Amino acid sequence: MSLNKDQIEYIATLARLKLQDDEIADMVDKLSRIVDFVDQLQAAPTDDVLPMAHPLNMCQRLRADEVTESDQRDQVQKNAPLVEDGYYLVPRVLE
Amino acid sequence: MSTDWEVVIGLEVHTQLATKSKIFSGSSTAYGAEPNTQASLIDLGYPGVLPVLNAEVVRMAAKFGLAVNATVAPRSIFARKNYFYPDLPKGYQISQLELPIVEHGELFIRDESGAEKRIGITRAHLEEDAGKSLHERFDKMSGIDLNRAGTPLLEIVSEPEMSSAKEAVAYMRKIHSIVRYLEISDGNMQEGSFRCDANVSVRPRGQKELGTRTEIKNLNSFRFVEKAINFEVERQIELIEDGGEVRLETRLYDSAKDETRPMRSKEEANDYRYFPDPDLLPVELDAEFIEAVRKTLPELPDAKKQRFVDQYQLKSADAEILTVSRALADYFETTAEKSAAVAQVAANWIVGGLSAALNKDGLDIRNSKIAADELAGLLDRIEDETISGKIAKEVFDAMWLGEGSADEIIAEKGLKQITDTGAIEKIVAAVIEANPGQATDYRAGKEKLLGFFVGQVMKETGGKANPGQVNEIIKRKLAE
Amino acid sequence: MGAAKEIHQRSLAELARGLDAGDFSSRELTVALLARIDEHQARLNAFITITGEEALARADIADKARASGDAGPLNGLPIAYKDLFCTKDVLTTCGSRILENFVSPYDATVVERLNSAGAVMLGKTNMDEFAMGSSNETSYYGPVTNPWNTKLSPGGSSGGSAAAVAARLTPAATGTDTGGSIRQPAALTGTVGLKATYGRVSRFGMVAFASSLDQAGVITRTAEDAAMLMGVMAGFDKRDSTSVDHPVADYVGGLSRPVKGLKIGIVRQHFDEGLDADCAEKVNAALAALKAEGATLIEIDLPNIDLSVPTYYVVAPAECSSNLSRFDGVRFGRRSENSEDLLDLYSRSRGEGFGAEVKRRIMTGTYVLSAGYYDAYYLKAQKVRQLISQDFRKAFANVDVIAGPTAPTTAFAIGEKTDDPITMYLNDIYTIGANLAGLPGISVPCGFADGLPVGLQLVGPHFAEEAILACAHQYQQLTDWHEQAPGEFA
Repeated sequence: MSLNKDQIEYIATLARLKLQDDEIADMVDKLSRIVDFVDQLQAAPTDDVLPMAHPLNMCQRLRADEVTESDQRDQVQKNAPLVEDGYYLVPRVLE
Repeated sequence: MSTDWEVVIGLEVHTQLATKSKIFSGSSTAYGAEPNTQASLIDLGYPGVLPVLNAEVVRMAAKFGLAVNATVAPRSIFARKNYFYPDLPKGYQISQLELPIVEHGELFIRDESGAEKRIGITRAHLEEDAGKSLHERFDKMSGIDLNRAGTPLLEIVSEPEMSSAKEAVAYMRKIHSIVRYLEISDGNMQEGSFRCDANVSVRPRGQKELGTRTEIKNLNSFRFVEKAINFEVERQIELIEDGGEVRLETRLYDSAKDETRPMRSKEEANDYRYFPDPDLLPVELDAEFIEAVRKTLPELPDAKKQRFVDQYQLKSADAEILTVSRALADYFETTAEKSAAVAQVAANWIVGGLSAALNKDGLDIRNSKIAADELAGLLDRIEDETISGKIAKEVFDAMWLGEGSADEIIAEKGLKQITDTGAIEKIVAAVIEANPGQATDYRAGKEKLLGFFVGQVMKETGGKANPGQVNEIIKRKLAE
Repeated sequence: MGAAKEIHQRSLAELARGLDAGDFSSRELTVALLARIDEHQARLNAFITITGEEALARADIADKARASGDAGPLNGLPIAYKDLFCTKDVLTTCGSRILENFVSPYDATVVERLNSAGAVMLGKTNMDEFAMGSSNETSYYGPVTNPWNTKLSPGGSSGGSAAAVAARLTPAATGTDTGGSIRQPAALTGTVGLKATYGRVSRFGMVAFASSLDQAGVITRTAEDAAMLMGVMAGFDKRDSTSVDHPVADYVGGLSRPVKGLKIGIVRQHFDEGLDADCAEKVNAALAALKAEGATLIEIDLPNIDLSVPTYYVVAPAECSSNLSRFDGVRFGRRSENSEDLLDLYSRSRGEGFGAEVKRRIMTGTYVLSAGYYDAYYLKAQKVRQLISQDFRKAFANVDVIAGPTAPTTAFAIGEKTDDPITMYLNDIYTIGANLAGLPGISVPCGFADGLPVGLQLVGPHFAEEAILACAHQYQQLTDWHEQAPGEFA
């Protein structure tokens, strides 16, 4: 099944990936091939089968409600791209 | 011909659960810390970190489910809601979609006519809160604080069964009351621990299909919920009557202008690509767990209200007010138990004078300047006729200012009621003598003048004479 | 038995004995290996970061600890960490440009455990970007070359770890395996590669690619060395919700379990035209050797195994598309310059920071999760995954381990398979099943075809690391493939 350029551009926006023109063309080609390849799955007999989310049949462990973390801001923000007064800065968002 | 419009409202309430640590990390949830000082590597979505579920969060959600007669799911799944926003560090929010922890509950409100109305609760699910963005403080930039990221939220979704803004507020108040009763949330709307989104649509009465709805986000006061819904309903009706169509969109309420407007950042429909979170396993709760939670349920508002009516013979309206919060209900019961007076008297004082004083000083019942046993003391002095009801108000005000207990103030200010018949008789005689004209008129039939004489006697006694006795003695003396 | 061997030729076990005997100090050992690493770095490009100073500091601490009797089980022994493991205060790039400046503020659990046991970290090994690849050609830091022939790929994604061990730059390196990324490079470089049962080793600090498939492991030259390391790495970690609280067996103690009586399943579907004839010959010879030792070979059927690669290429991209959303240039990592607005910041940071294969997988994953496609792709794939797991479970009712080829060919040329993604994906055809079912697997060298290594794969049921390690060890007692080193690295 072939994907088209519009679809690729839409997916790229959802995924927040800026693609150059040549990347888009390559993506149209490669993704179409991949989707073609995985389409084999459609023939599999899965009518009475439950989807598997985990290889082991385990359930979620619960942790005690305790504060175990302390202020790590200075250490962590040492390598942050852009901070001011302890805030992470991004271009202003309009709501 | 104007259409008879029907309003359809559904509410989504987000309440922060009052745990010590976050839902998936051991960071503190305390409000008001310096930015990013309560954001661990897990909260920040660093490479390689993983979520581990807080047991108390699960207990609190189960508690809520039981309190609203819902099913607590024996198996529930966390799912990732994928979207990009700076206050969402991982680029996805861990939430629940297909198998939420609570489903099919209900609660009861009073509708506009005062009748009881059942509102269905479709589901309640767990999710993590996002961080906060500051848009005004930095030049051309927004500042992101992730302290709040990872705080546990319970999202409570109602059936679209409310028909007016007032019903919506009644529902929201009920939820607010319940979560505080259960002590699973402090319900503090100023601090953002209790927020509401309203889904509003209109349709011609009788039409089966629902009209297109809009979602008004982040309403954080009962007043705003009411005003926002009213505005939106009018807006939609006008729009449709003018030939337009309501757009499926997200809107914000501007309280300064009292209007809703579309939310810019949510203009494009987002495909959230939900899928079960592979870092978390299904949450499985057995009957034993749920029973243990059930045992911790306190008496809930509706049951407590009924008991107050039955046990204390309170008026229904008073019982309703007194059971809005557990703290207020407990205050009432302590007062009623400790005082010899009939419980309704305590109710009257609490709903009346005490509430007025609390409101004036902006205090919560827990910070009342008069404790329950102290109020009981005051009520006892009225009951045993040491003071009259009118004097009691003066004593109350003095107690509120911290001048002492009821007894101390009565003694200090000499407010004890005069009940000595002889003393009253002397004063009555003097008053009658001083007012011969009115005495003659009264004896001639102007019975209304009794009030005048009572007033004079009260003036002479500084209000301290027992009113009943005063009345009786004046009548007797005037008849002589 | 090891006494005549040079330091870099010795296994971890042999080095441990040498340290205990006082034949050399940890510092001497470390200095020797650091020199080899330096010498061959340009040629092999096996490392992204070489932690020379830290290594010497740790070696000195280890030497002191040995002297005072305080030594942990891996005291003073060298190790390299695949650059997917977070290492505190050390650059951790995951083979990507987007983390080119990321100094991790914490250690992964695997790193903590190995360091606490006394291991000496030599550096961070090169890898396919974010573990996505089977040839170590997608790394931002350049491809890794195969020590057996430097025009060839060592396999991937743990290519750097495999090349480093094969070239005797380190006796051991950690790896991660999501679709075969430990076992396949081990096969292509003539080393041992062990992937644990899903949940056996903590994923905390192991940067996530596909969370329900990722598992840690090691690349060594002997099964004995792998057993030593897995004994330290394995175990419950409360910081990982998918970590299993299951007792850790004595892997080293269990190595002597004989092959006699072992029931070995052979998958019919694996020996078809997709498998190179020379490789098939070597694998069959290995199986014959095991049979001669008393094992029984039983043909088994995994009816849905042909769907394992398409299943994987729906599930893994879906999970990775979500896992990699956190790389946005806001809190850490590389941020694009002069962003016009938020959308620009995100799209360019990610567009510039991620390589082509990673972007392809993110796009594939985003697509299969998107509205209208979720049921047909993601949900469907998770159901097929259930079928494949059931096939394995049924097979293990009749056999103890499943054996076969690890990879369909020997090492291929760098650049040869990069045009068609599907051709590259099919490299994992024998390894992916174990990831889908969460089973432990090991690749052990079983010969050479045209002078290039061939690997034999053993897969066991959940928590059967002991059984597959023992079988691999017994095989290594019968053969000396693992002692053979590539010419210039001997």
